[in-house]
Amino acid sequence: MVLDPLIELRNVNKHYGQLHVLKDIDLTVGRGEVVVIIGPSGSGKSTLCRTINRLEPVESGTITLDGHPLPEEGRELARLRAEVGMVFQSFNLFAHRTVLANVSLAQVKVRKRGKEEADKRSRELLERVGLLAHADKYPAQLSGGQQQRVAIARALAMDPKALLFDEPTSALDPEMINEVLEVMQQLARDGMTMVVVTHEMGFARSAANRVVFMADGRIVEDRPPEEFFTAPESERARDFLSKILKH
Amino acid sequence: MNVLTDNLSLYGKGLLGTVELTVYASLLALVLGFLMASFRVAPVGSLRAFGTVWVTVLRNTPLTLLFFAVLLGLPRFGVVLPFQLFAVLALGCYTSAFICEAVRAGINTVPTGQGEAARSLGMTFTQTLGSVVLPQAFRSVIPPVGSTLIALAKNSAIAGSFSVTELLGTYKTLNELGYSIIWSFVWIAVGYLIVTLTISAVFNVLEKRWGVAR
Repeated sequence: MVLDPLIELRNVNKHYGQLHVLKDIDLTVGRGEVVVIIGPSGSGKSTLCRTINRLEPVESGTITLDGHPLPEEGRELARLRAEVGMVFQSFNLFAHRTVLANVSLAQVKVRKRGKEEADKRSRELLERVGLLAHADKYPAQLSGGQQQRVAIARALAMDPKALLFDEPTSALDPEMINEVLEVMQQLARDGMTMVVVTHEMGFARSAANRVVFMADGRIVEDRPPEEFFTAPESERARDFLSKILKH
Repeated sequence: MNVLTDNLSLYGKGLLGTVELTVYASLLALVLGFLMASFRVAPVGSLRAFGTVWVTVLRNTPLTLLFFAVLLGLPRFGVVLPFQLFAVLALGCYTSAFICEAVRAGINTVPTGQGEAARSLGMTFTQTLGSVVLPQAFRSVIPPVGSTLIALAKNSAIAGSFSVTELLGTYKTLNELGYSIIWSFVWIAVGYLIVTLTISAVFNVLEKRWGVAR
């Protein structure tokens, strides 16, 4: 089905104590694909997203990135993580560093770029997300939307093969959501491989190649957005969509 | 009053001894304390276990007993060092357990998202701790580390009982020379105040410089 798989999850299971949060998850994301994961709260979608770079270890099943199975915690895992950027709900910019230093830090530490080369690349990326003027500020001096765009620039600075977005707009004021979504739309158009956990149905419709609907730890539907939004197959998805699309 | 003026060099030597013990043991305690705190949050189980044992043993041993163990125990295994160095080892290791716990508390004040962001960028545990977590933990550990080092300065008095030159030990000589015991101790207390208030002042400056939340 997927021609050139970049991220593959096979038969992945995870528990939090008694709670079975991921049940036999199979998911393949092809190179250049944008996959949007939606579903009700507690359905396991954020956990799924975080297993892909092993911020959440799984109990069984295999996860492969570009043909390499995810290793145990250590240098090898760090190397693979550098290939997969992540954008968090709460931005998680390094609070003690300036915007520029946030984007440059891992380039210097992980990619071993020189400071000047890293800063040059950081400025290009900050320009791209429209925040070059704020390079010398600290994260706390920026709005949520601006912080999230810096976080995207920071992830892009590693030249990742794929980007994971864990509810990137859920902590934002409504008027700041669009500035972040526009950056994400642009990335999608540029052919970046993206896995996006979100509640933004507009983004899912316009940017996604596939919509994955999760409920109770299972993938219930995995289809192109037009099919999913106009004719959901499962009762659970119909129920979910009727609740969120009503108003 | 003339206890001080008559014995200025004796007091001076004692004060110098206390300052030396405090400075060297503080450096040792800070280095070991930060190291043990890193061990205690490391992803490697054996390091975590080592850190836990280190803290548990040293924090729960009376310092005098530790001095006996180091000064009388180590020579039995062929380790013969100047008594002052032994005292620095005992004081430094003992205090490192408390520094470790203060640093660990500071690490716990840093939101987990900070470490997750660093790891998601491919930074190793050491890089994450060194460039992201510890710099942010540092500002909240300044006050408790200051208190711990003041305690260390005062604990150094125990070394006097093991023939290391330090401030409190001067009272024995003064007593033999027939000076008033009260005034001898008053000036000793002043000497300790000079050391401890200096530590307080240094940590106040550090807190003003680094302790502000951005």
